[in-house]
Amino acid sequence: MSRYLLRQLLYVIPSVIGISIVLFTVLALAPGDPFEELATNPAIPAEVRANLRAKFGLDDPIYQRYFRWFGAMVQGDWGFSFASRVNVDDLILGRLPVTLFVIGSSLLLALVVALPVGVLAATRPYSVFDQIASTLALMGFALPTFCTGLLLILVFSIYLDWLPFVYRADISATGWRWYWEHFRQAIMPVAVLGFFQGASWTRYVRSAVLDVIRLDYVTTARSKGLAERVVVVKHVVRNAMIPVVTLVGLQLPAIFGGAIVTEQIFRVPGIGSLLITAILANDTPVIMAVTFVLSCLVIVINLLTDVLYGWLDPRISYR
Amino acid sequence: MNEHELRHLIAKVKRGALSRRGFIQRMVGLGLTAPLASQMLSYSGIAQAQAPSAYKPTKRGGGGALKVLWWQGATLLNPHFAVGTKDQEGSRIFYEPLVGWDNDGNMVPMLAAEIPTLQNGGLARDGKSVIWKLKKGVTWHDGMPFTADDVVFNWEYAADPATSTVSIGSYKDIKVVKLDSHTVRVEFPKPTPFWGDAFCSTRGMLIPKHLFDAYRGAKSRDAPTNLKPVGTGPYKFVDFKPGDMVRGVINTAYHEPNKPHFDSIEMKGGGDAVSAARAVLQTGEFDYAWNMQVEDEILLKLEDSGKGRAIITPGANIEHIQVNNTDPWTEVDGERSSAKTKHPLFGDAAVRRALNVLVDRGSVEKHIYGRTGIATANFLNNPPRFTSKNMKWEFNVDKANQLLDAAGWKRGSDGIRVKDGKKLKLVFQTSVNQPRQKTQAIIKQACQKAGIDLELKAVTAAVYFSSDVANPDTYLKFYTDLQMYTTTMTQPDPEVFMDQFCSWQIASKENKWQGRNPTRWKNDEYDKAWRAAENELDPVKRAALFIRMNDLVIENQVVIPVVYRPRVAAVSNRLRTSLSGWDNDLFNLRDWYREG
Amino acid sequence: MAGSTPASPTADGLALPAVMRARSNSPWAEAWRRFRRHKLAMAGAVVLALITILVLFGPLFWQVAINDIDFTARLKGPSWRHPFGTDDLGQDLFARMLYGGRISLAVGLAAMMIAVGVGTLVGAIAGISGGKVDAVLMWFTALFLSLPQLPLLLLIIYLFRDVLKGIAGPEVGMFVLIVAVIGGFRWMPVARLVRAQFFSLREKEFVEAARALGATTTRTVTRHILPNSLGPVIVAGTIDVAAAIIAESTLSFLGLGFPPDIPTWGRILFDAKDYMDIATHWALFPGGAIFVTVLAITYIGDGLRDALDPRQVL
Repeated sequence: MSRYLLRQLLYVIPSVIGISIVLFTVLALAPGDPFEELATNPAIPAEVRANLRAKFGLDDPIYQRYFRWFGAMVQGDWGFSFASRVNVDDLILGRLPVTLFVIGSSLLLALVVALPVGVLAATRPYSVFDQIASTLALMGFALPTFCTGLLLILVFSIYLDWLPFVYRADISATGWRWYWEHFRQAIMPVAVLGFFQGASWTRYVRSAVLDVIRLDYVTTARSKGLAERVVVVKHVVRNAMIPVVTLVGLQLPAIFGGAIVTEQIFRVPGIGSLLITAILANDTPVIMAVTFVLSCLVIVINLLTDVLYGWLDPRISYR
Repeated sequence: MNEHELRHLIAKVKRGALSRRGFIQRMVGLGLTAPLASQMLSYSGIAQAQAPSAYKPTKRGGGGALKVLWWQGATLLNPHFAVGTKDQEGSRIFYEPLVGWDNDGNMVPMLAAEIPTLQNGGLARDGKSVIWKLKKGVTWHDGMPFTADDVVFNWEYAADPATSTVSIGSYKDIKVVKLDSHTVRVEFPKPTPFWGDAFCSTRGMLIPKHLFDAYRGAKSRDAPTNLKPVGTGPYKFVDFKPGDMVRGVINTAYHEPNKPHFDSIEMKGGGDAVSAARAVLQTGEFDYAWNMQVEDEILLKLEDSGKGRAIITPGANIEHIQVNNTDPWTEVDGERSSAKTKHPLFGDAAVRRALNVLVDRGSVEKHIYGRTGIATANFLNNPPRFTSKNMKWEFNVDKANQLLDAAGWKRGSDGIRVKDGKKLKLVFQTSVNQPRQKTQAIIKQACQKAGIDLELKAVTAAVYFSSDVANPDTYLKFYTDLQMYTTTMTQPDPEVFMDQFCSWQIASKENKWQGRNPTRWKNDEYDKAWRAAENELDPVKRAALFIRMNDLVIENQVVIPVVYRPRVAAVSNRLRTSLSGWDNDLFNLRDWYREG
Repeated sequence: MAGSTPASPTADGLALPAVMRARSNSPWAEAWRRFRRHKLAMAGAVVLALITILVLFGPLFWQVAINDIDFTARLKGPSWRHPFGTDDLGQDLFARMLYGGRISLAVGLAAMMIAVGVGTLVGAIAGISGGKVDAVLMWFTALFLSLPQLPLLLLIIYLFRDVLKGIAGPEVGMFVLIVAVIGGFRWMPVARLVRAQFFSLREKEFVEAARALGATTTRTVTRHILPNSLGPVIVAGTIDVAAAIIAESTLSFLGLGFPPDIPTWGRILFDAKDYMDIATHWALFPGGAIFVTVLAITYIGDGLRDALDPRQVL
């Protein structure tokens, strides 16, 4: 195991560099440039755009731009946003707390719902409970978030007028009110994301538990006279966790990448909305920074899940 | 009304026999007025009367928080780098120009003490210079005085190519001279009829010399004040999160008495236009939302909630269809749509004329844009003084069929017309935008009835309006037969607006597709008229030249105008705003207040 | 089937426990028998078949043009003339749903198959090989997980749209491109899931037993490990169908999908969203259609899963 880990750690650096090269090439080749808005404004001469392109080095060959980016990155310089003329790391750090809070709570919510519901549904397959849970789960992933989000807004903000639907990162209230306001405005985005994510996880948990629950050792455990609760929790769930850990691991980088559509609907100033604005404005340094961090996270978390597999199922050996 | 009569009227105003207001009203009645009618008077030596301010509050502050919603958040707060309107608006909270433009096209002094005229010696008779007197006693938010040095500095800063400002176009050809501590002279290289550009309105917002002096040229990106503006405006900077939130607090030392009304302002960004409208009109979470690009049908329904209303401000942005004059399907010397080619189908004027009557502008207005887009036959629609009365539009499928029949286009077995082996199949592109896709659908159906097959294409705006050379889908490359988008008119003067049909603006491989004329239409008469208008000091003759240019473009079906689009904002019932179609929404933020 | 007509008396064929052997006489027939007894799965299959028939042959009977604009009948609710109502240009939603259903169903199913196929293949190879092969394949998975989709899509459109149009004609070319793009962006979870299953299963007793008896790697994988790791794959498949139908609408929004005047389910739903409180029917029908389709496919998936599960006795 430790040898395996060591070897994997050695792979990390070349993997990350390789991914950064691919990312950069894709971004550089993709059509579009950061000065879309200048284009339709007749009062801005075309030379202005050409000069800006030249100033930001957009006309240089791709490999030169890559080396420039890489050189700066190694020295801790994340680059400079074309659109905001601000350092990219400031932009990202400004968005981080909100993203962690909203997306983090939604994933937590999804997990808290999906685990028990999935397990319960699998212990009584095709019972009424299972049917209801399945149907709700299906709605969760058959309806796109732009629909569920709007539906919630229409019901809770417009007809009932209970919740605000414009998310504000800085709330002027203090003390308990501050927490209350933050909680209130986070309810809808967290619910939308949690529902969407939790829905599919419920299905995976159900399926994983079903796979395990009929295995011999579970029957053995039961026949030893252990209580059903103990059997399920100790013997079934732990073994059914492998797919769940895989999926949660896959989704974790999303905390960083944000949930673009939901953030857009509720105006949550998270990394997702930063990324989409940057992409639409072809603000390459920002896109590059966000996706690069994302890919590092993917690699590290994949490694972590591999380690977790070994803990969940000690028989797994890495050859 | 001819030139002689007009001069007579102006003389009457001069003598005092006709009021200034009466003159402008008369001009409006004749379709001859607004922004430039007042400039007409300034050139004739008549001082501009200030429109009485509608501002009611009698003390500064006490209005609570003003919450405005911009569905595209400001990404930077230095007006000289403001890439889009959203950035200009964010900067406008803190910075002011010498003058703004109100909705009638009058200049409104902000940091100028008075409007330059011939009479007060502000304007030179030869049209080659303007003297601006600055308001005294104005201080920046940090307490430093505002002087002529700041004005001169802004010119130097913006005109320096190394700074890469967006406003460079307004400053690079002029010279600015400091006359005394509160007077500057702007000098033009040639007679300039429209002098209200530098230091005026959106590109005229002034930044303080003492904070930006050290950050000229290539160092400009390092200025801390790029993100923490220190201006002269009614609100002082508190906090800025790019793309998300701009916050300001009342400037208690503002240079006008009893202003501003609100104690703080917050501008939230992001989301989409429809939900922004909901936040103002349905829930009242916000007081004001900008640029309501929303189908009028939805807007009307939202207004029913009774919390607010849509305010529509006339402007001249024009949604139009461009007809390609060159062949987009043949590559010549490494470019398609090369100016050396001719379009294989549009060479026949009957096809262009048929298309012109197949655009159902009435339905587009009635069922898609409503109050937010008015059907028009003209490319140049506002100010009324420049609007041609000679052009008419109609929607007539039968006429299109007759035109095509007469020109020898016969229907094939599939219902599509053919002539000399060439099928009437056209590709029609636009940006991705729901009203545009619906307009496309309406036009496609009409064309089908006339035996023309349209293939619709929609390109993401970020790609369509970009300027990267390798990208084939940009509106300037125009590698399709027809395309549709909106050209904005940001000043109450059509000079820069109309240069997009000049032959030297033709987009080509040679100029890296930076030219502004994607139709690649070339017309000597048009070129000459534009050149003449550029230096014509007589406002009446100048207007006639622009009207002729408009008519040339329409008569030759270089473009088919669809609707011109006024600006629409959602405003809560109690908020009193001061808006203009010729300046930023927040241009007169100091006059905004909430009714008790 | 190898089990029913053994080419040579191999060790694993002979040494299989009696029960398994009896079943392996005709595993597919056995699976089909179990599938038929799964009531919900059969219901799902019937519904999916009905929807397919409807979208394939419906337009032959409901001959209203999908782009027939009628301003006098805008945003009308369901009626005999317009069973699903009309949109804001007065176009008949029933006709548009029938037409768009073909594309949405085809894209959904084809993209799902690509995602599941590629994912299973990558996951299986990585899971059984381990070592360098695993490292390289997981690198690719990480790469695909971290690529920003939007710029990549724009790049793909720009590189391949005209090429594919030239080769396969506009419709087929676009279809291939869309399916490849959607499938190409959704195989990674499947790959990681299958790989994890393999890691766990390849150490299990029955696999050890098969290996000890001299079964080849291919045989161990296809006969023993793969069938046991299908659970998550089937779930992923059903989720992918829904995701692909919706993803298609996003693509057409970027200009990559079918031309803007082609009404797919996802696109109709997207167009309807701002009218949700004004004309509810407009969003209800496409949303409902996607939901029912996914529901049917999920039940089929459940049935398949139970039918193929070698441990389950029904």
